[in-house]
Amino acid sequence: MREVAVIGCGMTKFGELWTRSLRDLFVEAALKAIDDANVDHLDSIYVGSMTPGLFVGQEHIGALMADYLGVAPIPAMRVESACCSGGMAFRLGFFEIASGHSDVILVGGVEKMNDGADVTYALATAADQEYEAYHGVTFPGLYALIARAHMHRYGTTRKQLAAVSVKNHRNGALNPNAQFQKEVTIEQVINAALVADPLTVLDSSPVSDGAACAILTSLDIAKKMQKPTIKVIGTGAATDRLALHTRDDITALKAVQVSAEAAYKMAGVKPSDIHLAEIHDCFSIAEICVIEELGFVKKGHGGPFTEQGHTALDGKIPVNTSGGLKSKGHPVGATGIAQIVEVVEQLRGNAHQRQVKNAQIGLTQNMGGSGASSVTHILRID
Amino acid sequence: MPSPRYRREMPQRYRLEGAQCKKCGKISFPPRLICAACGSREFGTAKLSDTGKIVSYTTIRVAPSDFAKQIPYNIAIVESDNGVRVTAQVVDCKPEDIEIGKRVKFVFRKLYEEGRTGIICYGYKTVLI
Repeated sequence: MREVAVIGCGMTKFGELWTRSLRDLFVEAALKAIDDANVDHLDSIYVGSMTPGLFVGQEHIGALMADYLGVAPIPAMRVESACCSGGMAFRLGFFEIASGHSDVILVGGVEKMNDGADVTYALATAADQEYEAYHGVTFPGLYALIARAHMHRYGTTRKQLAAVSVKNHRNGALNPNAQFQKEVTIEQVINAALVADPLTVLDSSPVSDGAACAILTSLDIAKKMQKPTIKVIGTGAATDRLALHTRDDITALKAVQVSAEAAYKMAGVKPSDIHLAEIHDCFSIAEICVIEELGFVKKGHGGPFTEQGHTALDGKIPVNTSGGLKSKGHPVGATGIAQIVEVVEQLRGNAHQRQVKNAQIGLTQNMGGSGASSVTHILRID
Repeated sequence: MPSPRYRREMPQRYRLEGAQCKKCGKISFPPRLICAACGSREFGTAKLSDTGKIVSYTTIRVAPSDFAKQIPYNIAIVESDNGVRVTAQVVDCKPEDIEIGKRVKFVFRKLYEEGRTGIICYGYKTVLI
């Protein structure tokens, strides 16, 4: 296998972008990535997107994006794994470069959620349609079930959940691409409108539009281009039982743990070697469970660890320096690639006020549904 | 929901029918073609116990359009006495009455109506006992 490098990236602002279409968002992010990488051709495209069919009535978006980017007839396809569609697109792109089949490819993600669709219904299609969604459970509802069980078993508190949102909003306030560039307080999070008890609207990532793209090439080609090269040193993906109720332990996100273990093994690094992580905080409880599964903290200790500030920008392991899904926004298919964009900016030293000092190794973790699929990547500046 | 899709799930939704692995005894609900516990492909029919306990619970306050008329409503993961977990509503009680570990029984109820011309969807819910 060839070694793989990220040589360019770009993203749109995330938010309620009522004047922008699905295709415009993707092409804007793609052009930024192409300009950043300074490449003059692409061999293929992978587009991560969860459900453009339900959100805007458009399928077949691989071909659509190749067309509107003006690069047809190169191969292009959409990749779907619910909320980790973007991360999975990156992983497929990794293998296409690693195999030697292609030299320069574009991997991206896009979602246009604000266009009048029933968003709660569309997101719930990532759950078991016949045995979860049929009974009226929603995505906030599934994570609320996880939260209640985590609180019951480990003593995680309402305040500790809120600490995740407060920290991510503090980071997002420093990110010009974030949907919400403002801080929130613990009291605001706890007293906000309930969505699914005990989770409030401020425990939840927003409904967002946006796109993010990255350009991948082989390490050898990247070195010839004499650019700061970000090497992809680990990739791991895994699945779990789809319906939350079918898992033996509903507080465990096994796919996250297995995908991380595979990525750590391939990269030859341990959790303590990671300088920053962009992880899937679709709800506050998700970040607490994920930092436990990634091995940053022992199982059950994610709440106190967060409350004590260890995941803050100046903490032991800065988590979601971009603002995370909570504050930066969560256009589902774009999220996995936007995580890559943040890690690349951090490793290049371009993250301005959000910059983590001496960041050399970064991790991204992106998951689908209530955690039935997960993909982890580890990047290092070469 | 297309009516063939609705009809296929009736044994589970109306009668709580699962499939019990002939090799390891694990009950799959809904039935599977291969046992997730041991890989066997031989099954008999087994019904879920009609009582169980709450594993976790929440109250839904923002719902998809089919359920919008019902908010707020309680949802739980329930473990039947013969060890099968399902997601189901907990009805005829207030949110504050529910606790992890509390006993429930399954009841047959209407879940939602698909607008004015669609089918009426039935299935299991639970009540505290």
